[in-house]
Amino acid sequence: MTLWGWILLACVIAFTTKLLGWLVPAERLQRPWLLQAAGTLTVGLLASLTILNAVADGQLLRPDARLVALAAAALALVLRAPFIVVVVAGAAAAALARLAGMP
Amino acid sequence: MPLSPVLRTSPAVRAGLTLAAATGVYGVSFGALATAAGLSVLQTQALSLLMFTGGSQFAFIGVLAGGGGGAAATAAASLLGVRNALYAVQLNALLAPRGWARRLASAQVTIDESTAIATAQGDREEQRRGFWAAGLGIFVLWNLFTLVGSLLGSAIGDPRVWGLDGAAVAAFLGLLWPRLKGRDPVAVAVVCAVVTVVAVPWLPPGIPILAAAAVAVLLHLLLRTRDARGGRR
Repeated sequence: MTLWGWILLACVIAFTTKLLGWLVPAERLQRPWLLQAAGTLTVGLLASLTILNAVADGQLLRPDARLVALAAAALALVLRAPFIVVVVAGAAAAALARLAGMP
Repeated sequence: MPLSPVLRTSPAVRAGLTLAAATGVYGVSFGALATAAGLSVLQTQALSLLMFTGGSQFAFIGVLAGGGGGAAATAAASLLGVRNALYAVQLNALLAPRGWARRLASAQVTIDESTAIATAQGDREEQRRGFWAAGLGIFVLWNLFTLVGSLLGSAIGDPRVWGLDGAAVAAFLGLLWPRLKGRDPVAVAVVCAVVTVVAVPWLPPGIPILAAAAVAVLLHLLLRTRDARGGRR
């Protein structure tokens, strides 16, 4: 399947998922354990995506300027910076680290 | 919806629009990162218009940027979107929209932010106003700024020189951070991160994320068993 195919399929799944919640009788889905399970899944996926984007290059582990970006973003978050500042801090840190000669 | 005096003075509308202004702007980072990951401007815009759920959109392009295929990107984005169904259940109980047009529109703007604003309000009218103000406000701004970002992104050349790969890392950490309240979420995050790093050399790109998702579900079952035995919460 082409990239366009996957994009459209992923969009259909995303919308159907949202719509499902509006159509299914509440008592079917409104269970505390289900809310907690979804919360845990979200944390696990975001943690995986964070570290993957920080160190992976295909099937290689390649530590580089992205780790500096990770540290800068963590610092910004500890200082309670808003999301957009966190993102800019990550970009600036990686760009500066590369300027300083890091891969 | 005409902007009647009640809408201008409603605290829920004000809160919703404020949040929309704050979060819609980071569509810039999504747009720039999506083009850096190899998507065209049109493909990037399709994700913001049709998928419209930030975490899943970042996941989709994050998998592609890491060398994963469309199937793995779709799987990661879809799993991350599961929570929207649970938001919708809560919102349906609060707002109970009538008619198909309104239900479909409600579904499309069911995201973290619109749910947070709606559920924070006291009475039903304010919940409804807050939901639409945040949902529609973010939809418009997120799409506008996605376009700005993707046009900028495709104009600047090598994204690594500008640290855009670092921006992606920061974006994911920024999405994760507010969810790390208490020991259990932190433990889940650490274990899933370790599983991902260990899995990367052994599994095809994109699959380590799904392995981490499976581990998260297992961990959840373990933690539930502990809680059911009367352990620490």
